[in-house]
Amino acid sequence: MKTTKISRRGVLKGGAAFAAGSTLGAPMIWAQNIKDVTLRQFGTGVSNLNEVGQKVKEDLGFTLEMTALDTDSVTQRAATQPNSFDIADIEYFICKKVWPAGNLQAMDTSKIKNYDKIVGIFRDGKLTPESTIAQGTAPHTVGFTSGPDGTDFVQEESGWMTLIPTIYNADTLGIRPDLIGRPIKNWSELLNPEFKGKASILDISSIGIMDMAMVIESMGEHTYGDKGNMTKDEIDMTLAIFTEAKKAGQFRAFWKSFDESVNLMASGEVVIQSMWSPAITAVKSKGIECVYQPLEEGYRSWGGGIGLSKALTGLERDAAYEYINWYLDGWVGGFLMRQGYYSAVPETSKNYMSENEWGYWFEGKEATDVITSPFGDPLAQVGEMRDGGSFEQRMGSVACWNSVMDQNQYMVRKWNEFIAA
Amino acid sequence: MGRMRAGTVAWLQAAPMAFVLLVFLVAPIVMITIVSFWQATEFSIIPAFDFDNYEFLFGSSVTYRVFLNTFKYALITWAFTFVIGFTVAYFLAFHVRTLTWQITLFLLCTIPFWTSNIIRMISWIPFLGRNGIANSALISWGVIDEPLEWLLFSDFAVILAFVHLYTLFMVVPIFNTMMRIDKSLIEAARDAGANGAQILWNVIVPLCKPGIMIGSIFVITLVMGDFITVRFMSGSQSANVGRLISNDIALLQYPSAAATAVVLLLTVLIVIAIMLRFVDIRKEL
Repeated sequence: MKTTKISRRGVLKGGAAFAAGSTLGAPMIWAQNIKDVTLRQFGTGVSNLNEVGQKVKEDLGFTLEMTALDTDSVTQRAATQPNSFDIADIEYFICKKVWPAGNLQAMDTSKIKNYDKIVGIFRDGKLTPESTIAQGTAPHTVGFTSGPDGTDFVQEESGWMTLIPTIYNADTLGIRPDLIGRPIKNWSELLNPEFKGKASILDISSIGIMDMAMVIESMGEHTYGDKGNMTKDEIDMTLAIFTEAKKAGQFRAFWKSFDESVNLMASGEVVIQSMWSPAITAVKSKGIECVYQPLEEGYRSWGGGIGLSKALTGLERDAAYEYINWYLDGWVGGFLMRQGYYSAVPETSKNYMSENEWGYWFEGKEATDVITSPFGDPLAQVGEMRDGGSFEQRMGSVACWNSVMDQNQYMVRKWNEFIAA
Repeated sequence: MGRMRAGTVAWLQAAPMAFVLLVFLVAPIVMITIVSFWQATEFSIIPAFDFDNYEFLFGSSVTYRVFLNTFKYALITWAFTFVIGFTVAYFLAFHVRTLTWQITLFLLCTIPFWTSNIIRMISWIPFLGRNGIANSALISWGVIDEPLEWLLFSDFAVILAFVHLYTLFMVVPIFNTMMRIDKSLIEAARDAGANGAQILWNVIVPLCKPGIMIGSIFVITLVMGDFITVRFMSGSQSANVGRLISNDIALLQYPSAAATAVVLLLTVLIVIAIMLRFVDIRKEL
């Protein structure tokens, strides 16, 4: 008689076969309704906020999973892992890089309820009919494509958007007025030897190079044809000046993540540096004086938007459109504007903000009551005004947009050399 | 089941390990080497076979400076970890008499390792900062008038963090070899009239060589492959090869990152080969 023995190996083999069978052969169960839908969104920390995810669940019923990454990782993922996300929350200059790869799908503007109310910056490029278009990758230049399957960019409102604009702002230098003790009016102050060992710039090449260009123009060293699209010579010259400053000990550190910039400023290691608006808010909420200093040469601006993965279809895509319409409906706008950003459809956000908040954040008026962040920290007292003033004043003095250059690869290599110098 | 030949059984027994090494070590290295000959644009990688990445790497003066910097960090860190590690191990092995205390003190050394590398490293930042504990203490003692700027975001900070992070990797193998030294050898040396320094130099150090070498290999490979310590402790202002690679990866330049990785791997292998010429670890273990 043949005896069957249960060997360890046999059990292992059986187990492996079972595991393989159950994953490979699992029946696809399609969601019966939108409540079961889960959309995976990723983007930079700015708008990937858990509060938004919770509110989506409340208002729309489906689940939004969010992953926050740094700018470089976002680009990387959008370009190389199209199946790892449903919604990409990316910046317009990243869009210029990744759109031609075909990982995102064009969005039909006729399905966007508030499309007509989206500010001009994202449609024809003009804030008001008289405004001039700033240098760099202006959002409207990469905002539209030729059709549902387009991988190109078109310069008119074609009805097919690459990204639905969600959030944008004008960036400038952050300073510690208590440690500087005099007015700061120009970008050139970043390289002022007075701040030797107390300055910082961000180590994200595509943004850092623009801040450098603002400084160099302000110093009167050079006037760029387009700060957002430099020639090789301009790149060499720009980085040479900054390398010299680095070797002379001008910089305390370079920062790559939001938290680093907050810590550098709050600890007093740095008194003047490139900074982002919520980082200023974070420093202020620790009770430390910090100003988002408006400068004569204007702002370096950026804009972000939501893009849909090419792989998104059917019910998930419907849910994504619903999410976009909800995004532009005002709640998120109000939430973001109370942190100092702007919403693509400001007028809907007004419904979700108090008159005082709207006056302070959007109209540049004096606060009539204490202004608090969405998380409850006081940011401004009665009578204080927002650094830089109103929406029109701030977004009206944009000198250049975050961009990606034709000589990007060359610039990146040169940037690496700057860091290693 | 039929009876297998002994040779086959041996092969089968070695197979799982060989398989693991093949899949998780050899295959990735082969892949990296292949990719290092590819080309990349901002958003796509193009299979190819050309030497562009290597040409750029060897053609740039930055590469040489960065490699030099990497060696500098490795060498200085090695010297400090060796001196500190050897002293600690010597104390544990020869001055602490009871095994209980040896074990207790040894475990004490490992306590910092219960938290993550990165936390141990970052905790130096508030300590060394301009308004940090070190500076305020020195100022209040009247040692200095102005805060010392070079404490943080400098090569000093980088090496300090490396020494802090990696000294234990030196302590453990040296302690291990010291514990195997037959105490009668030391007694014999003393009977023959050797003094403490002579015993240390002529008896203990030669017998500890394998431990020293293993520790050195740990420290040197760890330091040469690191990027995060250099980034945080230098405030992104210095670079080693690891940072060059991580910058390339962040900017989607995978082939160029792969080429740098291959060169780094070869460099580290050469360094280890040179080190192994001094001591035959296999023979002495």
